[in-house]
Amino acid sequence: MGLLSKKDAALITDPLADNNPITIQVLGICSALAITAELKASIVMALSVMAVLAIGNVVISLMRNIIPSKIRIIVQLIVVAALVIIVDLVLKAFAYELSKTLSVFVGLIITNCIIMGRFEAFALANGPWRSFLDGIGNAAGYGLILIIVGFFRELLGSGTLLGFKVLGDPIEKTGLYAMGYENNGFMLLSPMALIVVGIIIWIQRSKNTSLIEEN
Amino acid sequence: MGLKQNLHNLKEKYKGTKMAPAFNAIHTFLYLPNEVTHGGTHIKAADDLKRTMNIVIMALIPCLIFGMFNAGYQHYAAIDGSLRAAPLANFFTLDNLWIGVIKVLPLVIVSYGIGLLVEFIFAVIKGHEVEEGYLVTGMLVPLIVPVDTPLWMLAVAVVFGVVIGKEVFGGTGMNILNPALTIRAFLFFAYPTWMSGDKVWVYDAVNKAGTADAISGETILGSYAQNHEVVYTLWDKFFGFIPGSIGETSTFLILLGAAFLIFTKIGSWRIILSTFLGAAVMGFIFNQIVAADIITESSKFYGLMNTVWYEHLLIGGLAFGAVFMATDPVTAAQTNKGKWIYGFLAGFLAIMIRVFNPAYPEGVMLAILLMNVFAPTIDHYVVQGNIKKRLKRTKVKTA
Repeated sequence: MGLLSKKDAALITDPLADNNPITIQVLGICSALAITAELKASIVMALSVMAVLAIGNVVISLMRNIIPSKIRIIVQLIVVAALVIIVDLVLKAFAYELSKTLSVFVGLIITNCIIMGRFEAFALANGPWRSFLDGIGNAAGYGLILIIVGFFRELLGSGTLLGFKVLGDPIEKTGLYAMGYENNGFMLLSPMALIVVGIIIWIQRSKNTSLIEEN
Repeated sequence: MGLKQNLHNLKEKYKGTKMAPAFNAIHTFLYLPNEVTHGGTHIKAADDLKRTMNIVIMALIPCLIFGMFNAGYQHYAAIDGSLRAAPLANFFTLDNLWIGVIKVLPLVIVSYGIGLLVEFIFAVIKGHEVEEGYLVTGMLVPLIVPVDTPLWMLAVAVVFGVVIGKEVFGGTGMNILNPALTIRAFLFFAYPTWMSGDKVWVYDAVNKAGTADAISGETILGSYAQNHEVVYTLWDKFFGFIPGSIGETSTFLILLGAAFLIFTKIGSWRIILSTFLGAAVMGFIFNQIVAADIITESSKFYGLMNTVWYEHLLIGGLAFGAVFMATDPVTAAQTNKGKWIYGFLAGFLAIMIRVFNPAYPEGVMLAILLMNVFAPTIDHYVVQGNIKKRLKRTKVKTA
């Protein structure tokens, strides 16, 4: 490995699979259920969280030696709130329609457990470079699940991908719809997102049985 | 060498392999198992799971046959309204049965075929015997869907219902929700245009919509909710000469099935009775609200609220839900007192949803699913209450 040492590379690859924030740590579920009805929204959400988490991790890591531990949560909140507002304004400026779809959920990145979790668990104890990698890795793990869920929900629920009618036109009855296929309205409802996340968890744990918790 | 011997040989040949459960299932489905219990004491009882299931299926057969005739009757009656003047004379005809055969039987076959396939796959993966739990579900499902349901939709819903509703929890006996109702709920939320409205309940109404021969088959609940005139007599409703899901229209035959289930001690009379009771009480309360002029004719709830309470018991899926769905021994409350509470609330909520929620013209499915979720909680408190009561008794004695 040229660019990253083995240990650093693990910071990125671990959260993608065996230590995934959503499927293993079961964090950040609310947003995963709320905004994954469209693939585009999932991708933008994933990128937003990645920006906030990577930059936030670096900022907290740089300040880690001067933050009094009694008020560290407040400091973390201020950092993440500032970053979220920046992301929100950028979205409003350059992708207004999409920011309306995401509505309050961009603001709610502040409360996304993954972010506070990584600040607490990693950035407070590691240097800026490693913290940055950790932020990218965890946000990527989160985004990966969001994109998988968004892919299936948009494909089966609306018959489109990123807005393109890949299965044909439901009103004109072309493509699959000519054969009697219909969109699955249940896919667009949040409960189905929970079931899709559940199925991903199921598949992951039956592939890697060491992930199954004993109780 | 007969079939039995062949099957037996196959079973022996595949013993210990992955496919063993599949061969075992076929063998025991057709013949008595050739194994006996090994070792000490064993209780001998004739009503094993398979037999229990078969009794419920027997109770459902009249509803299925009636539903097949009704599919045709509703179709022809929608074209020629004069048939409704004498339902009995125009009901049991071969023409009617033929439409039942071409529309209802495929639903039954798809339901059983896909459902049992999923069960077999899971049995092979998990390496245990195929469970009989699907035998009843497979019969219930075609009876609670509209006659024009596309087969592939039913197949998708069955896969969903069996896998997510049952197998993920550990299979038959471990499920929280009634699998048949889970399948119906999936259909309802996924493909609402095929599960509600005034077209899907009558064969061919969807195809003819918008043409000169357009026919309508609004259910009675739909008519009441829209404040339309209802043309059916009370006897029509009781005997089931009305549009609706395939097997749920005939309250008479459902009650016959209920008597059979209670007689064979398969179904719980407490749940059946208390569900009807809960629905009647809720219906009666609504009637009183209308009588007290709190709700007037201008209200959108007027039509259903003004429906006489005993009529609420005859229309929609209430009777079918009370007798065949709420009594599911796995998902219902287990304690006697719990059964009363469970059934009463299921009926009570069913009518409440029916009246108040315009998006869900029938509330029985949602009410029973909701009570399925609460059943363990009800049981918990009944058991705790009993423990407390008995503790008190011992304290009094010792004091």
